[in-house]
Amino acid sequence: MNLNISATQFIEHVKNGDTTVEEFVSSTLDRINTVEEKIHAFLSVNEQAIEQARKIDKKIKGRERVGRLYGLPISIKDNICIHGSRTTCASKMLENYVSPYDATVITRLRDQDAVFVGKTNLDEFAMGLTTEFSAFGPTKNPWDTNYVPGGSSGGSAASVAALECVASLGSDTGGSVRNPASFCSVVGLKPTYGLISRYGLISYANSIEQIGPMARNVEDTALILDVIAGKDPYDDTTIDNKNQSYASELDAGVSGKKIGVIKEMIGSGTQKEVIHATEKAISNFESLGAKPEEVSIDMVDYSVAAYYTITATEAGSNLARYDNLRYGYDLPLEGFEFNSYISKARKNFGPEVTRRMIIGGFVPSAGFAGRYFLKALKVKSKLTEEINKIFKDYDLLISPTVPILPFKIGEKIDDPIALFLTDFNTVTANLTGKPAISVPFEISNGLPIGIQILGDALHDKQVLQAALALEKTTSLPEAPPL
Amino acid sequence: MTMIGLEIHCQLNKLQSKLFCSCKANYRGYAPNTNVCPTCLGLPGSLPRLNQKAVEKATMIGLALNCTTPEKLAFFRKNYFYPDLPKNFQITQLNIYGQTSIGGEGSIMVGDKKIRIRRVQLEEDPGRLIYEGTSEKTQVTLVDYNRAGTPLVEIVTEPDFENPKEVRDFLNILFNLLENLEVADPSLEGSMRADANVSIQGGPKVEIKNIGSFHDLEKAIHFEITRQESLATRNIAIIQETRHWDDRRKITISARSKEEELDYRYFLEGDIPWIRIKKEIVENLKKDMPESISAKKERYVSKYDIAPQVADVLSSDKFYSDLFEKAHNETNAKEIANIITTDLMGLVDTREKKEASKLTAQHLSELAKMIIENKISRISAKKALQEIVQTGESLDKIVSSLDLGNVSDMSELDSVIVKVVEEEPQAAQQAKTNPATINYLVGKVMQKTKGKADPKLTLEILKKRLS
Repeated sequence: MNLNISATQFIEHVKNGDTTVEEFVSSTLDRINTVEEKIHAFLSVNEQAIEQARKIDKKIKGRERVGRLYGLPISIKDNICIHGSRTTCASKMLENYVSPYDATVITRLRDQDAVFVGKTNLDEFAMGLTTEFSAFGPTKNPWDTNYVPGGSSGGSAASVAALECVASLGSDTGGSVRNPASFCSVVGLKPTYGLISRYGLISYANSIEQIGPMARNVEDTALILDVIAGKDPYDDTTIDNKNQSYASELDAGVSGKKIGVIKEMIGSGTQKEVIHATEKAISNFESLGAKPEEVSIDMVDYSVAAYYTITATEAGSNLARYDNLRYGYDLPLEGFEFNSYISKARKNFGPEVTRRMIIGGFVPSAGFAGRYFLKALKVKSKLTEEINKIFKDYDLLISPTVPILPFKIGEKIDDPIALFLTDFNTVTANLTGKPAISVPFEISNGLPIGIQILGDALHDKQVLQAALALEKTTSLPEAPPL
Repeated sequence: MTMIGLEIHCQLNKLQSKLFCSCKANYRGYAPNTNVCPTCLGLPGSLPRLNQKAVEKATMIGLALNCTTPEKLAFFRKNYFYPDLPKNFQITQLNIYGQTSIGGEGSIMVGDKKIRIRRVQLEEDPGRLIYEGTSEKTQVTLVDYNRAGTPLVEIVTEPDFENPKEVRDFLNILFNLLENLEVADPSLEGSMRADANVSIQGGPKVEIKNIGSFHDLEKAIHFEITRQESLATRNIAIIQETRHWDDRRKITISARSKEEELDYRYFLEGDIPWIRIKKEIVENLKKDMPESISAKKERYVSKYDIAPQVADVLSSDKFYSDLFEKAHNETNAKEIANIITTDLMGLVDTREKKEASKLTAQHLSELAKMIIENKISRISAKKALQEIVQTGESLDKIVSSLDLGNVSDMSELDSVIVKVVEEEPQAAQQAKTNPATINYLVGKVMQKTKGKADPKLTLEILKKRLS
């Protein structure tokens, strides 16, 4: 069975009776069985997927109401809670944690008859850009298994690219959806902050992160967003999108749109292949009738430093609950003293989480907050001011998603600063709450390059429309040669 | 000069639900860890959703304490590790980016003294620890999260108290104020707790924590003043520190020094957006607020001519003033106030007795009517009241079954008077000239009728008989 079809095609096939949900899901599970040993995108596979598929088939046969996803196989990043499933955050600390409730996004997908095929790998607690920091082993890039798939939603991106599902949900705190989307040549959207409920997303840096859809094309990405977006009584930070439809009128094009090309994001640290691809994307936009112009955002140079200061502070607080009292692992309690308990209990965090929690204990502490944390907040608000001003004159902004090409597994794992800089182009959208998407644009010597499109808050649809226009100008290989 | 400041925590236990989820705000009576959900357990992925009612009620407390209301409300995380804290941080308030706590500077009168309020803040209560060795069954320390997330209001005063008595008077007023606002039942065990800070002669501030009851609070303050004074007389330096109240030995002991070094790494709680408090909302809340105790007292005095001391007692206690409000009308108000403050308060003086009491407002107004119409004497009225409180029977039934009605039959009363005059010839003779002796005879009549004779009427008849 051809698994390389879009969500729209899948739904058509099921509606026409060309395939049953069970047949497609079962082929998908077979595919997972075959390719997993090569790429390790999943941490767990849903044993009940076939059963769920059968139930939907039964509804279709019985002409009952069927949700608009018609049994679409979706993978879910393992930091999003599914009732009764293990939700590990790729951490030893939650190795055996089974969530007793569904995240709001899961409820909404379930209501529309999605089938969850499994939970995908990530950097522990979503901290990382390569998925190498998973406590359960790295995910490999389906385009070349010696390379990292990006991160932290590396498992989600790889599973979509490797045809182990049609779409996936990742989470994006500083680029964690867009970075692996770029590295694995799939589409990944970080929506406006508050557009998608975070209820059931295990927090890392809650003030800037969002769940984001990932798929093999822009249309599918928009469809998933359409199902999961909107106000949620369980998340006070969600905003009212007035039931905007994201799945319709997507081919509005970019004619007449003013597009700012962010100068700071195509700087000295950008690889020449990436610069070349970005220039090509700019000229493609121009030929579609858009008006690209160079713009400068001064604060971008400080954004990565601010990003790591803010995220470490919030992580230090959000992850403090993993003290092994309520959930965790076996730890002999003999000889424990109150004050040393917490540090001993936390030994099971991996190196990257430990690093960020130590930073997170320091930067907001008394005597240092003014020098670090409060300064980072100042950068955040100045950056937002600056970008708001730019959006008065421009409809969209573009840049390469990642300044560099995918690199080899193990190549940068011991160089945290080099890894941090991989985030350079993506953190701005998180710090300012703006929507941003990564669109696959080129395969350079077998390695994918993605282009990032940023929009103003709640202009997620305009971002998707521009992404679709750009997507139409590309001709990429259909699937990685696994 | 001795300076004492207070930090009072009060649960808003009259609310339906906890501060950030829909579990019950009054967690009492549930089996351990059953009044919980992902949010109050702090499970991975759960988020707080702010209870708007809690915001309203806490704002009311601020208004009642004459505090300012912020334009914008924000919540902060206070980070520390403790097993009763599900998330290892507490969601609370802080004023570091301007005033964002629910109540700003305010004040309240305690007698003639003004006690300044520094701030009022809204926060979540942690869970409860049952320590190892508390009973034979508890071999280990247990945690019950039923209480976790209960809405809590923290009221911080300036160090305006000079002695434990002022503290006690303030707490009584605060207790009544909270009860009157219908936001809390402060009498429920553990629902109102206080920490104190004490300094003498401008010396360093010592904080006392872990005080179980208001009774102990007074003792703890007293102990601390004495301790500091004795150090001062011997020229030993007083250290700025936190001390714990030792409930068993009734002394304060120095807390581990580590506790003072705690850095809470406060920062904004991003899961709860800043809330703009509109002026209209505050104005509406002011309208919705129950009448204040002092306004009530003022009304009782000016409208019904009730004595200020009586009005004071009556307005302070919600149970009695609610009864008064329901039972009184233009004509009987004074009498109702009288019955409540002279007789009822002696009969139902504890929370348990108030809850058990079967007295209704109707009983009260009927009883007042009988007194005003001379159909029952005060002594009998008290007896009837006692019976009503216990049984809840109708006043008619009680008066007839216990035979408490006044002797209103003239001939019956007359025959008793004739008998008394016959039995006391000497007194009767003297009474003709000496009015004091007449009262003695009235007393005799009352005795014979077991207090049911109308004294006025008796006096009238007696005078006629003797003339």
